[in-house]
Amino acid sequence: MTDIAKLEWRSVRKRFDGGAPVLDGLDLSVAAGRSLVIIGGSGQGKSVTIKVAMGLMQADAGQVLVDGQNINALGGKARRELFSRIGVLFQGAALFDSLSVWENVAFRLINADGVSRKDAKERAIEALGRVRLGAGVADSYPSSLSGGMQKRVGLARAVVTNPEILFFDEPTTGLDPITSAAINELIVDQVRGLGCTAVSITHDLASARTIGDQIAMLHDGKIVWTGSPAELDLTDNPYVRQFVDGRSLGPMTSAV
Amino acid sequence: MTAGVAALPAVFKPFRVIGHSTLAALRMVGSVGVFALRGLISVFTLPWFPQQFLRQLVAIGFFSLPVVGLTAIFTGAALGLNIYTGGGRFNAEQVMPQIVALGITRELGPVLAALMLAGRVSAAIAAEIGAMRATEQIDAMRTLSTDPFRYLVAPRLLAATLVLPLLTLVADIIGVAGGWLVAVRILDFNSTVYIRNTANFLQLWDVGSGLIKAAVFGFIVALMGCYHGYSANGGARGVGRATTHAVVSSAILIFASDYFLTTLFTRA
Repeated sequence: MTDIAKLEWRSVRKRFDGGAPVLDGLDLSVAAGRSLVIIGGSGQGKSVTIKVAMGLMQADAGQVLVDGQNINALGGKARRELFSRIGVLFQGAALFDSLSVWENVAFRLINADGVSRKDAKERAIEALGRVRLGAGVADSYPSSLSGGMQKRVGLARAVVTNPEILFFDEPTTGLDPITSAAINELIVDQVRGLGCTAVSITHDLASARTIGDQIAMLHDGKIVWTGSPAELDLTDNPYVRQFVDGRSLGPMTSAV
Repeated sequence: MTAGVAALPAVFKPFRVIGHSTLAALRMVGSVGVFALRGLISVFTLPWFPQQFLRQLVAIGFFSLPVVGLTAIFTGAALGLNIYTGGGRFNAEQVMPQIVALGITRELGPVLAALMLAGRVSAAIAAEIGAMRATEQIDAMRTLSTDPFRYLVAPRLLAATLVLPLLTLVADIIGVAGGWLVAVRILDFNSTVYIRNTANFLQLWDVGSGLIKAAVFGFIVALMGCYHGYSANGGARGVGRATTHAVVSSAILIFASDYFLTTLFTRA
């Protein structure tokens, strides 16, 4: 394990339509091979934090560095090359309804990497096996799968090209505790198996403790605490304490 | 500045509304223009997705045939009856075949086929792409190293632009046949004379100008569907709004461009 930052946010600022800043000078980094989990309340900027890192949103100021390279400065071709090094599991899995399960998993292989459909299908079925889904689901359509199975297909799609960085957007949201635990185990297996760097956002503390080896707490567009999962229960940081204890009173006011 | 605007007397409020609306309209024209340009660049540059293009050809073209055909036959028949009635006031009933053919090929064929496509296809495109936007499928596509413009927009623009002239040709034939049916079955026209008069009167440019219009309308229908779907936000409500906007803006642009194209063609 090394301490060189694989992914780094440097003084990142982002606001929408002249409103209050969503990210207000965000500084954060994750070393290669580590798994960072960003926790925080709803509307605190977690999704924006990973979207600027995935290149889906442009930061207004600051830098997002992947292997020391500022992704905001990348042109079209370089940006596509960056995308080829990342895998993403979206909150709702974001599977393409009109494509079968294996076509979803093999989407990048067929449409971006030029792999033949026959070879792509073989690799997709192999990736489905890695997330404990049998070849029997390969020809099904996403609408016929349960939420947990859709998440597994999304995970298979994220890992099929052996990416260097994996992003997980609320991986257990909407799932029952047993399915959530299964998804968390799969995430840990895949991240360790690939030896890749992982960044997750969640407000599910059980998930954060299972999949993360570094946790950062985001509030008002800034990181207010970082530590290990074990330190989460020991810290007296008022933000973390309020979040972990689930109290409505504290430094964070509820948006409800 | 903002406080100054807020403090404006009530009498100026209509001007503020007009100003905001004008700016919003200009902003939309600009963003549609940029979207169209990006779409055109995606059509003419690699990579292409031929499978997506073929899928759209079938979805837009083949499945629109019944609705276009039915619209054309009834319109041709009704047009024939109206021209016969109108012509009768000048003792000119015999011009019915020529006027039906001219009206269908130059105007009604392309416009009605385009309107049917606006209702059926533009709405479907906006709903599909809007739902993909709402469920992060478009973001997912980008992270999978695939440009959504090339994969989603370009095949639809190209397919609609190519297929609407073909649908219009079908509408022309069926529309003229609708007029013939009424003329022969109800108005006691001689079938052979009707067909000969139609064929002798029609010029290639009558049909050709209608097909050129149809290509422009096809591009408009797909562009409006893609644009409103792609810019949809706000979940299910946003998708519904995108669908409505796609149909309404397609229809308005079809009528507006029809006028300008007709002016251009009649001067040419």
